[in-house]
Amino acid sequence: MTSTAGIIRSVCEGSIRAIARTLTRVENGSPDSVDILDGLFGKQQGFTLGVTGPPGAGKSTLVNRMITRYRSTDNSVGVIAVDPSSPYTGGALLGDRIRMQSHATDPKVFIRSMGSRGHLGGLSGATRDASCVFSAAGYSPVIIETVGVGQAEVEVADLADITLLVLVPGLGDDVQSMKAGIMEIGDIIVLNKADRNGIDQLESYVKASLELMPSTMERPEVVRISAANGEGLDELWEAIDRLLLKITREERKNRSAIQTLNGILEETGRNFSEKLLDVEYNGRDAAERLILSGKASPYAVGKKLLAAAERMFQHDEC
Amino acid sequence: MNRKIRVLIGKPGLDGHDRGAKYIARALRDAGMEVVYTGIRQTPAAIADAAIQEDVDFVGISLLSGAHNHLFPEVARILREKDASDIILFGGGVIPEEDIPGLKEAGYSAIFTPGTPASEVVDFINLQMEKRQ
Ligand code: B12
Ligand SMILES: Nc1nc2c(ncn2[C@@H]2O[C@H](COP(=O)(O)OP(=O)(O)O)[C@@H](O)[C@H]2O)c(=O)[nH]1
Ligand SMILES: [Mg+2]
Repeated sequence: MTSTAGIIRSVCEGSIRAIARTLTRVENGSPDSVDILDGLFGKQQGFTLGVTGPPGAGKSTLVNRMITRYRSTDNSVGVIAVDPSSPYTGGALLGDRIRMQSHATDPKVFIRSMGSRGHLGGLSGATRDASCVFSAAGYSPVIIETVGVGQAEVEVADLADITLLVLVPGLGDDVQSMKAGIMEIGDIIVLNKADRNGIDQLESYVKASLELMPSTMERPEVVRISAANGEGLDELWEAIDRLLLKITREERKNRSAIQTLNGILEETGRNFSEKLLDVEYNGRDAAERLILSGKASPYAVGKKLLAAAERMFQHDEC
Repeated sequence: MNRKIRVLIGKPGLDGHDRGAKYIARALRDAGMEVVYTGIRQTPAAIADAAIQEDVDFVGISLLSGAHNHLFPEVARILREKDASDIILFGGGVIPEEDIPGLKEAGYSAIFTPGTPASEVVDFINLQMEKRQ
């Protein structure tokens, strides 16, 4: 039963234990995870919704509402909730479930918390793989919650079919200082905590910023909600459904395949480079020492690795 | 491979005392573990389901209200019923000395009472992980 084929079968049959174990395997990058994902990739059925935004914006509270919405039509809902890992200890406190308790014992809701772990390939590698597992197991939608820090929000936008960027009033005046381009990653901009003061101000600021977007770009819809009291949710669901209608199943599938390939290519490139570093420099650490002591520049190292790769391919041809 | 110790800290029943649970959760995080905290007022079934979905190595239960003799064994029973008795159980809170043997019999590897330094809990987990490998 622990054979790769057995694991794939159990995941597709929807075995909770098998899915949970498989998520651990792909997250840890265990040796058999590539074969498992290879088997699951073509069996994906679901669509993915990304939810990103600053800490405390109400993302988990909104995800809880989204689960309720899709459960009312009897969809099985998978949730990947990512919280930051400490870069110093590697530990993480994963508390998103606290806000999703209303679905605690629903057998058709599967919530998985993940630490961002400082993955080499960025957060997207692990969430992408976990999303593939959920989708092959029949969960649709797969909802991905990530804290909008660093690269995470861009990565989730690449991964998900539709991305919601959640903003709230009063997180300082830093809407003004928001990273350039952040508005563009959301397909829908959700202004949460509409029950709070400052929501009008936030809305006019966000709308003014969107005016500045190049006219060739699709403008995101802006929806005001209160995830806490339910206000505006119907409009948000309609906005999501409208966007889903615009992309065909085929387009979603193709997009996801290409995004996955992009990720895999990056990872493959990195792994290959590490192997070359082993051969040429006796490992990355040694190469780093050379650079830090001024004996070689990063460019020189890159050049040497590329030359080594080319030599390898020439050998293959004879 | 990028393996991490995963622990779920749960509070079953109506007990609202959550300082101890949060304190332990943070201490385990600071020791490099991934800690899922489910919040207060969970049913034993909800804790067991969460533990299985999260595929944790350990479940730690916290109770200060006095209901431990009922709720602790209940979590253990449901996990067994769901074929997840490989998850290591431990717990803590206001628990009289004389209740501890019964809880151990119910499947709890260790019980930590008020005043326990967090490092003792970290050591316990690391030791259990070593034993397992
Ligand atoms: C602070 C406190 C409160 C605060 C709680 C605030 C909060 N959010 O937590 C408030 C004022 C709200 C409160 C209310 C009540 N309290 Co009160 N409270 C306490 C008090 C004084 C300290 C608890 C505390 O926070 N300690 C600090 C933390 C860090 O320690 P700890 O939780 O014990 O955790 C340590 C260990 O036990 C262990 N541990 C705990 N959990 C876990 C989990 C794991 C996995 C592990 C490994 C270890 C572990 O590790 C920690 C570190 O050493 C205790 C008395 C006492 N000395 O314990 C009474 C006490 C727990 N309360 C008690 C009572 C009766 C109540 C009320 C019912 C009072 C009332 N009639 O209204 C209410 C009920 C509230 C509710 N909804 O459940 C009684 C419980 C009696 C019993 N067990 O039979 C106690 C024991 C007081 C007493 N002697 O009567 N309380
Ligand atoms: N007033 C108000 N509070 C909210 C709303 N949505 C969420 N919250 C609160 O905001 C806090 C953070 O919510 P959470 O969902 O955990 O945010 P996350 O960090 O983005 O996942 C919690 O205390 C929520 O109860 C809302 O619409 N209005
Ligand atoms: Mg959250």
